[in-house]
Amino acid sequence: MNILNQLVSWFADPAHWSGSGGVPIRLLEHLYYSGLALLIGLVVALPIGLAVGHTGKGSFLIVGLANGLRALPELGVLILLVLFMGIGLIPVVIALSILAIPPLLAGAYAGIRNVDPAVVDAARGVGMREQQVLFKVELPNALPLILGGLRSAALQVIATAAVASFVSFGGFGRYIFDGLRIRDYPQMAAGALLVAALALAVEGVLALVQRSVVSPGLRASGGARRSPTADVASTPEPAQPDDPSPAPELAGVKR
Amino acid sequence: MILWDWIPRNLGTIGQQLLQHLQLSLIPVVVALVVSVPLGWLANRSPALRAVLVPAAGLLYTIPSIVLFVMLPGVLGTRIDSPLNIQIALTVYTVALLVRSVADALAAVPSMVVAAATAMGFRPGRRFVSVELPLAVPVLIAGLRVATVSNISLVSVGALIGVGGLGALLTQGFQEFFPTKIIIGVVLIVVLALLADALLLLLGRYITPWVRAGAGARSKA
Repeated sequence: MNILNQLVSWFADPAHWSGSGGVPIRLLEHLYYSGLALLIGLVVALPIGLAVGHTGKGSFLIVGLANGLRALPELGVLILLVLFMGIGLIPVVIALSILAIPPLLAGAYAGIRNVDPAVVDAARGVGMREQQVLFKVELPNALPLILGGLRSAALQVIATAAVASFVSFGGFGRYIFDGLRIRDYPQMAAGALLVAALALAVEGVLALVQRSVVSPGLRASGGARRSPTADVASTPEPAQPDDPSPAPELAGVKR
Repeated sequence: MILWDWIPRNLGTIGQQLLQHLQLSLIPVVVALVVSVPLGWLANRSPALRAVLVPAAGLLYTIPSIVLFVMLPGVLGTRIDSPLNIQIALTVYTVALLVRSVADALAAVPSMVVAAATAMGFRPGRRFVSVELPLAVPVLIAGLRVATVSNISLVSVGALIGVGGLGALLTQGFQEFFPTKIIIGVVLIVVLALLADALLLLLGRYITPWVRAGAGARSKA
């Protein structure tokens, strides 16, 4: 296929691997913006998600936010922020953080909510204080869904960081929009391929992290233990430990 | 911030973009629904197929939309600004989302209900159409709502490569430094998504009256 040859020769060209427009620098840029946005998102979303999940107060807000933000075209938010704040790191990182918050929030909230109530009762029964219940019992049990939320947020941020290159910005998206401007399709395709590779690589790494930090006890019994509960008649199965998506209404937003 | 008189002067263009937006986002939902019901049925019947289909769907869903929008012309030989690229990409995402919903929903149909239908003389084909599929509708509608809303939002990304319905308002607004266009575009896209979501919710309620009649019908957002 023609496009395959063109792609191979694009990647084989040493000029594309060095300098400020080279793949390594673009990769670092892409990771830097995405990482910063995820970090901000985590700092904002994790405490709120844990608190709401633990107390049960304000849960309608989280479901509403997760749904409402799905409808919001991120491109519009990005462009508006850049238009009013000027081109620079800050508006883009703000836009990407806004994007990262709902899945992180939903993951933390759903994770805590899905912890077997008997386990939480037992923790209180043996005399744990609320804080201990949250951090020693609920948090470890919620880890699969929290990390699922992180995976979903990371994917969305990486995808949108590519789109952010449209408002003159570094990262792999640069290749797509520079290529589009000068009608250089191989460059566009190479950029798209790099974005996809990065997304899949980050997804893979986070899946490995998830596997290594989640307690083996959760993996063995998680799905089986929950499925017989009675209230699932109209709701889908609760997400299983290896499963990145919580229930559809809390699932990640596609970008 | 908003030049209000710009709106009536450009109603025609906005209407056209709205129409294109609907075509780009909704045709994929319909096509994907037709494709994913049999695929979900297969995934539910054969564990081996499920082990292939569900992870494959997850992997496809991982690929960012801008990537598929850019890669499809190279793979299909379409023009870069052909609406087909957007529609096919969104169909792929919707199928990826729905296959799992369908498979999970069918798996959740109580085996006693299936056994009762079989005992009453339903053959597998009719049993699927008149017993199992209707019971799967609530989950299917939930999946459709997610897919429809995200499609409507995703179409705007297509504007970056030249086909994006209302998304064109966003990119033009940026290039012309004209916030009115961007705000109108964002608002219309959000309204469109919420309307479609509400319509699907109502449709779901209408075609599954037994859910409301049944005890413990949970009100969901």
